[in-house]
Amino acid sequence: MSTTTLNVALRDRRYLLTPWPWRSVLFLATTAVIAAPLASGLWLGLLPLLVAANDVGHGRGPDGAVVFLALAGTALLVVAAPLVALPVAALDRRRLRLVDPRPLHGGPGGDLIARLRDEGTWRAVLYTLLLGLLAPPIFFGAFLALMAEVLMLLSPFSIGTWNFGTYEVHGGLRSAPLCLAGIVLAPVLLYLAGVLAAGHAMLARRLLGAGDPLRDQLGEVHQSRARLADAFDAERRRIERDLHDGAQHRLTSLTLHLGMARLDLPAGSPAAEPLGLAHTQAKELMVVLRDLVHGIRPQVLTDLGLPAALRELAAGSPVPVTVETEIAARPPEGIETTAYFVAAEALTNIAKHARATEARVRVTGDGTRVDLEIEDNGRGGADPAGGSGLTGLADRVAAAGGRLLLASPAGGPTLLRVELPCPR
Amino acid sequence: MSAVTARVVLAEDGVLLREGLIQVLGRFGFTVVDAVGDAEHLITSVGTHEPDLVITDIKMPPAFHDEGLRAAVQLRRMRPGLPVVVLSQYVQQEYAADLIGTGDGVGYLLKDRVADIEEFVAALRTVLAGGTVVDPEVVRRLLHRPRDPLGMLSPREREVLGLIAEGRSNSSIAGALFVTETAVGKHVGNILAKLGLPPTDDTNRRVMAVLTYLGARVG
Repeated sequence: MSTTTLNVALRDRRYLLTPWPWRSVLFLATTAVIAAPLASGLWLGLLPLLVAANDVGHGRGPDGAVVFLALAGTALLVVAAPLVALPVAALDRRRLRLVDPRPLHGGPGGDLIARLRDEGTWRAVLYTLLLGLLAPPIFFGAFLALMAEVLMLLSPFSIGTWNFGTYEVHGGLRSAPLCLAGIVLAPVLLYLAGVLAAGHAMLARRLLGAGDPLRDQLGEVHQSRARLADAFDAERRRIERDLHDGAQHRLTSLTLHLGMARLDLPAGSPAAEPLGLAHTQAKELMVVLRDLVHGIRPQVLTDLGLPAALRELAAGSPVPVTVETEIAARPPEGIETTAYFVAAEALTNIAKHARATEARVRVTGDGTRVDLEIEDNGRGGADPAGGSGLTGLADRVAAAGGRLLLASPAGGPTLLRVELPCPR
Repeated sequence: MSAVTARVVLAEDGVLLREGLIQVLGRFGFTVVDAVGDAEHLITSVGTHEPDLVITDIKMPPAFHDEGLRAAVQLRRMRPGLPVVVLSQYVQQEYAADLIGTGDGVGYLLKDRVADIEEFVAALRTVLAGGTVVDPEVVRRLLHRPRDPLGMLSPREREVLGLIAEGRSNSSIAGALFVTETAVGKHVGNILAKLGLPPTDDTNRRVMAVLTYLGARVG
């Protein structure tokens, strides 16, 4: 995918030889399709208002029915505007890629109330209004230019005589000048289409983006960071699966055969000791490998989900841990993994540094978010800057779009809270 | 070695281990009547062959989750008392509890245990005889668990309960702890009382004790 934009392409001398003019034309054509219903709805809603304004302009009081219709139309427009603008904005953010491949992200999602509070929604409304108001005159002009161009190019094939403006067209060779003019005009029109599309794209970027280019880029960085974290998780899973299906399986089989060989040895054989040693080492290696695989990605997390995995963590902790889980629906895999590793790291820290006598892990999830709290009654004073693995945790959580909060006064208790959103 | 000839259906998706297990089982007087590679075939095979013992891996195709365990629980529901041993790659209390919840005559063993051939075969025989066996590793994990009704037990009682969970008889426990069988009986009585298990005959109280031990819901 090319990373240039139409803006850049327009300054290139080879503009006409690139796909950009045609992409502009396609962009404008689809704009027309989208703008047509918007414009008709908008003008229909504004019509009574125009009639009333016209009446007032002519020095008469407007008709009661007209006033009522004008008010009703305006009210309808105000209510409908956000409802129409949001899907139009979403569609146009995608359509914009025709002329500007740089991705554009809208504001936060959420319910309608949250969206009405978001100024991005009102910028989308402004965009939609401009589209509805400006599209008819602009496209009327564009349509006329297109028709003229087609007539000029086809004029040599016309039969009989007709008037093109003040110019008499006779068809055949005699209209060669007109046809030539058409040929000369074609690149001009393609440039005009490019400029119009680029103007539209700039307007759309301003109004449909996060409001400024830096924030757009930041959104992009956020996304790529989340993608990296996801890729990392997928890779962990692949390694875990490969080790489990390949190495662990072979090692179990090998150990089994060594055991069989031991049974088959005659009593007092000199091979008994080395074989016994080999068997023991193979068994130890099985444990090592099992722990390794577990550390890469606990299978219990994959198989049974977060609550079971947290209980297992707690069972393995030297400090007594109580686990409370209230999870309505199973969160997405990345969120589960993040929550698990946060809990694992936190419990490790508690065992290592906190001198706690008990700890509590609480996880709640309602399908839209997962909240994880880890509390201990230790000596407190946990410092993210102390390189206790907390920094890595905060990064992981941030990559998943969440927040990590830590309260650890000297003397304790320490409370670590992680809030993770679950995109649906 | 006693000459038990038991007919076994084996479910294990890994070819190497499957062949190894067939060799081990054959050597100790078990006859593998069928060896399959997934849970679906396991169910049909048990229907066809009516084996004395089922041995199944937990993770099997297509999804490699807990298909083997689900199949084991389903088989136990269809044929109460059918001896089933599941092999698990790692310790998972929930799995062990699910299986033991179907009554006794079951085994939950780590795959690692397969390498200790004599222990493994002894566990199979215990299950075949209607006993319940839980992998020592599971037991070890649980002994370090700080919560719950087990807190009321004395260290010695915990030890005894751990051995019960491994499917041992009172005499075998007595041997392991160097005490008399009477003493073991007394310990067992105390454990059952402390865990609030009523002295009824219709449930195997030792299994209930193990269930409590595994942190599963009793009742």
